[in-house]
Amino acid sequence: MPLVSLRDVAKRYPSPQKGAPPISAIDGVDLDIEAGDVYGIIGYSGAGKSTLVRLINALEPATSGSIVVDGTEITTLPESKLRELRLGIGMIFQQFNLFNSKTVKRNVSYPLEVAGVPKAERIARVAELLDFVGLSDKANSYPDQLSGGQKQRVGIARALATSPRILLADEATSALDPETTQEVLTLLKRVNEDFGVTIVVITHEMDVIQTLATKVAVMENGKVIEHGDVFEVFSDPQHAASRKFVATVIKGIPSPTELQVLRERHVGRIVTLSFRDGDVDQAGVFLTLAEAGVAFELVYGGINDIRGRAFGHLTLALRGEDAAIDRALLEVAEHATVTEAR
Amino acid sequence: MDTLIPLLPKLFEAFGETINLVVFSLLFGGFGGFVIGLGLYVTRVGSILQNRLVFGILNVLVNIFRPIPFVIFIAAAQPLARLVIGSGINDAAFIFIVSLGASFGISRIVEQNLLTVSPGVIEASRAAGASRLRTIFRIVVPEALGPLILGYTFVFVVLVDMSALAGFVGGGGLGAFAIQWGFRQFEPVVTWAAVILIIILVQVIQFAGNALARKVLRR
Repeated sequence: MPLVSLRDVAKRYPSPQKGAPPISAIDGVDLDIEAGDVYGIIGYSGAGKSTLVRLINALEPATSGSIVVDGTEITTLPESKLRELRLGIGMIFQQFNLFNSKTVKRNVSYPLEVAGVPKAERIARVAELLDFVGLSDKANSYPDQLSGGQKQRVGIARALATSPRILLADEATSALDPETTQEVLTLLKRVNEDFGVTIVVITHEMDVIQTLATKVAVMENGKVIEHGDVFEVFSDPQHAASRKFVATVIKGIPSPTELQVLRERHVGRIVTLSFRDGDVDQAGVFLTLAEAGVAFELVYGGINDIRGRAFGHLTLALRGEDAAIDRALLEVAEHATVTEAR
Repeated sequence: MDTLIPLLPKLFEAFGETINLVVFSLLFGGFGGFVIGLGLYVTRVGSILQNRLVFGILNVLVNIFRPIPFVIFIAAAQPLARLVIGSGINDAAFIFIVSLGASFGISRIVEQNLLTVSPGVIEASRAAGASRLRTIFRIVVPEALGPLILGYTFVFVVLVDMSALAGFVGGGGLGAFAIQWGFRQFEPVVTWAAVILIIILVQVIQFAGNALARKVLRR
């Protein structure tokens, strides 16, 4: 049984104008998150990602549908039961949302106070958590004395205080520089692998998906338009909107404007070859072109690695006789997906 | 100068009365203002205990009382003071009237300062499983403490200003002293002496308020 299961979930807000129809933020979402997953939620801003994760800890009540967390249907729970539910779900935020009036250790201790943990146990648990995130020496500092990366590590310690089974991460690394992002991602990976915490991570950064996620759901207009294994979704997106999103985070496929520039700079036919680990024979492709007497120039592209599997796109400018090129491309199509820009 | 020296004991007595008036009005009015301000903050649309009706009532109430000029308010509220305090013409009655009048103004200052708390930390508290009340008193109020202290410092100075009108209902203080012994006796030096004491008082309070806020905000 999945740890989190959403069935036909909708969230509508009343419209700010009287009489106007309500605004739909989430629209008929079905999603299963298995224990131990790191589930990436991706999509453009306004797609409903933030609302979706807040349905899981009921910070936003669902308008309709069913949400089952750890075997409990939560859409019908009263507020007091929801508070118990939230003790079992940690959350970290883009802007960290630390309590600036409290020291680092009081921040981490807060969920334990809420849970009614006795003081001696709280002190021990806070020390353990601060050690885990590598901030034992900052216990008595205030959040405004910390760097962004340190703040997020405090956020993680606070979110893990009550040993939750689920961690919700809302753009947790979007406010950090690339180096700090890696630090925080490594920490989150340990949270998942060492403690078995299931992580739901909203992001628009490829880094996060590449290092962390095992599964991914693509959202658009409040709907999950595609979901599945990260490699499958990223190497071969099925839906037009996911293709567009994947193209913006993965370098490799030239955008229409970039294609325009390529065409101005290079003579010949512009062709994009898409490779996927397993059915890739790059050497075979280039050999075929060379044998057919087609001159080629690599003008654009990139190879990506997701959890040890590679895929990528290479754009070539081909020169030679049209007929020879056509013949060669037919043969190449056996090794890779060929898209010709016209 | 010669007229001032014999009046010095009276001046210091008046100073003590002013302190008394201001401290008690700050205590009662400050508490009333805090309660109304907190009420406005938590019942506002999108806030922790959103309630359009309660917010609407509080909001209209504050808007009715706040613009009344204080001199007129003293006269208008005097019967109420007689009812509650038992008298309409002493320091106690005046403290009652100031506390009542000031609490509406103070409530706006409290409301505004609470609004500076980022919605994110409130969400973090709720996500940690905290109840609404815990979130209000353990997170929202402490997070706004620095600006609140500065707000209350400002309120203290306003109360010093208001306390100068205690003479209207037979109360004492530096205002009554300056009018009675300075203005009406054509003794500007006596008036100025009261002014100087008030300036010193306000400076000390502002300085202390700033220092306290700095300590709370750690900057």
